[in-house]
Amino acid sequence: MTAMTVAVVGAGPSGTRAVEVLVRAGLRPVWVEEAPATGGRIYQRPPAGTTRSPRDLYGTEGAKAEAIHAAGDRLRAASDWRPGTLAWNIRPGVLDTFRAGRHETVAFDRAILCTGAMERIVPVPGWTLPGVFTLGAAQIALKAQGVAIGSRVAFIGTGPLLWLTATQYLKAGAAVALVLDTTPLRTKARAAAGLLADPATFAKGLALVARLHLAGVRVIEGGTPVALEGTDAVEAVRVRDRRGREHRIACDAVGLGFGLKPESQLADLAGVPFRFEAIERNWVPERDRAGRTPVAGLYLAGDGAGIAGADAAELAGARAAWAVLEDAGAALDAAEIARLDRALARLPRVRAALERAFPYPSALAARTPDATIVCRCEAITAGELRAAARASHVTGGAAEVNRAKAFTRVGMGRCQGRVCGPPAAEILADALGCDVAAVGRLRGQPPVKPIPILAEAAE
Amino acid sequence: MSTAHDVLILGGGGAGCSAALHLARRGARVVLFERGLVGSQASGVNYGGVRQNGRHPAELPIARRAREIWARLPELIGTDAEFEVTGHLKLARSAEEEAELAGYMEVARAHDLPLELIGSNRLRERWPWLGPRVVAGAFAPEDGAANPRLLAPALARAARAKGAEINERTPVEQIAHDGADFVVTHGGRTWRAPVALNCMGYWGGTIAARFGEAVPVAPLAPNMLVSEPIPYFIEPNMGVVGGDVYLRQIRRGNVIFGGGRGASDPAVPWARPLPESTLAAMARAVELVPRLAGIHVIRSWTGIDGEMPDGLPVIGPSRTTPGLIHAFGFSGHGFMLGPGIGAILAELVLDGRTDVPLEPFRIDRFALGSAT
Repeated sequence: MTAMTVAVVGAGPSGTRAVEVLVRAGLRPVWVEEAPATGGRIYQRPPAGTTRSPRDLYGTEGAKAEAIHAAGDRLRAASDWRPGTLAWNIRPGVLDTFRAGRHETVAFDRAILCTGAMERIVPVPGWTLPGVFTLGAAQIALKAQGVAIGSRVAFIGTGPLLWLTATQYLKAGAAVALVLDTTPLRTKARAAAGLLADPATFAKGLALVARLHLAGVRVIEGGTPVALEGTDAVEAVRVRDRRGREHRIACDAVGLGFGLKPESQLADLAGVPFRFEAIERNWVPERDRAGRTPVAGLYLAGDGAGIAGADAAELAGARAAWAVLEDAGAALDAAEIARLDRALARLPRVRAALERAFPYPSALAARTPDATIVCRCEAITAGELRAAARASHVTGGAAEVNRAKAFTRVGMGRCQGRVCGPPAAEILADALGCDVAAVGRLRGQPPVKPIPILAEAAE
Repeated sequence: MSTAHDVLILGGGGAGCSAALHLARRGARVVLFERGLVGSQASGVNYGGVRQNGRHPAELPIARRAREIWARLPELIGTDAEFEVTGHLKLARSAEEEAELAGYMEVARAHDLPLELIGSNRLRERWPWLGPRVVAGAFAPEDGAANPRLLAPALARAARAKGAEINERTPVEQIAHDGADFVVTHGGRTWRAPVALNCMGYWGGTIAARFGEAVPVAPLAPNMLVSEPIPYFIEPNMGVVGGDVYLRQIRRGNVIFGGGRGASDPAVPWARPLPESTLAAMARAVELVPRLAGIHVIRSWTGIDGEMPDGLPVIGPSRTTPGLIHAFGFSGHGFMLGPGIGAILAELVLDGRTDVPLEPFRIDRFALGSAT
């Protein structure tokens, strides 16, 4: 049992708690993390020497951030800690990684993938202008670098991160020109009952909204972004309110984001089957409640296995580690596992309510104007994508996203469809008149992120 | 219920789709069967080389015929499939390799293939970014490259427009010969015709075996990569003697290259690039073009082709079953030939002959089993 090598990919909340359980069981896991430090995106650490307190940096989540950081610091020495390491491919028993200018393979007996989430966008006309950031990037600029993306910022999108980031900017002294939530207030009100299952989070959410209103920030709920405008950089946003009236609001930066999607490329490359999660409107890798996948020896935890948030990620990371121990025949703490299972069982209800409160605006994505770029890496417009869906296209019509990729290059660039994949699927499904699940998902290919060409072969 | 046709085509790769087009254009009633989507395996995910340079002398007549059709693609299928005549530069990295290039000049002359042998100094004048290990090159100005993702689907669409029935997601569940016709069944439907074309790539071996002429075909999964876009400077499509690396840049800026093999399981079918091949191809690419060191690879991929022991395809009539004609096992270099193969198969079916010598591609050249 002690000879077992467990690889944990990711050092956010789920990866940290997974490693913690494994170390406590006497193992020395290989811990691979792309960033230089533990904490993940949600609890991303500022550069060394920063004097701002966790409360300043992480708000109400300051204590959790501190706890995760402390656990990470403690566990680095107890594991084979590999920061700054990109796991760019996985195959049976082997991770292919790039670290410190070298390609290296990492052998494992079992692996827990805690690869986190990334944001979903809607290609609002003008979204490729300089000055337009995702909400997460806007937040990380503030958290990790202590800078704002602009001095007069418009926040457009939907989801808790929209309100949270706007509030953080307000607090940091930036002018918030606009908060536009594509979800109408009544949709959120309908979901309120489900959200009350987690009263603390619900109260935090209400406090954010109240704070923005109190500060006199212009708030539009149930609105529609029409265009982000500017010549060399974004200068204004054009939006429609709930009643259809158009407004042009000046700004020098935009934070844009519409919920999250799992970063699940490694699970895909490992051969884990995916299913379409209708409420979340994401493709998610299949796993059981403990994190076991249908691929032997492979486990998933955290947002990379389906969006559930940071608190859930901590529980899921620990639970997946217990599943590893259980499957390896190690000694178990039945009471602890039962506690985790009970806590995890409570989550889906709250999560579903949250997704219902802030749905991905699929109709808005589907209506992306023909001239707007969807795939910014390859400069493919919505119109080109729609043309490829038609039977009259020179190649015949593309009935699913991989075919559309083959014909148009959508999703073929640097990001490999991580950014444009969801809106491209909405546009294609709309053009074909079918459900978005029916057009499938973009298949992954290694490397999951770009790797440099080296003059020498590995090792 | 059964439908009568003139020709059943098994396999929707470049060869099968092109045969469907050429036959349908001449009025034949054609039906094509493809397990997945047309051009999904080797025909759709290959390197995209349109190369005559360096081909086996037996293949050159087909390549010459195909090259003539490549020039006419827009009128035939409504797209050039991004075919660009960039020239193909085959490079030597040693004196032995240079001697091989020199020896091939005679082959090129015999087949009227324009080809220029270029020594080390002039090579660097024309392409100053070549690496120091390169000692000579043979440049074929008529060659180039195209987008493999477009060719087979566009051929299939054009064939359909001429009346061919193209059935995707329709694996041939059963095929039999009832004495007069080939009979194919799928999902309770039946199709019959006196002629069947076996264009099933690696899986063509299964059909051949089914009719008593098994051949030693093996799966081949070439390992390929594409880089992020960088400023355009590599004009020719390039290869090397021995073939362990091949490389081209498209005008969009991406460098497409490959070498070595991926992993595959044709039973699934499943194919994946192999990191060892990926890293080795990177090192060889830098050897040819040192300036590529440090740029990023954004994707790697592979697909399944059929490879014959002598590297030549099987093309021509079955020796066991009248009406069955094979065209498979293109061994990793069939993309360029596809448009020509369809024309040749159409002639075999409708005229009973073709001008292109097919003797070297006989299915019984391996003398396997009792069928011979």
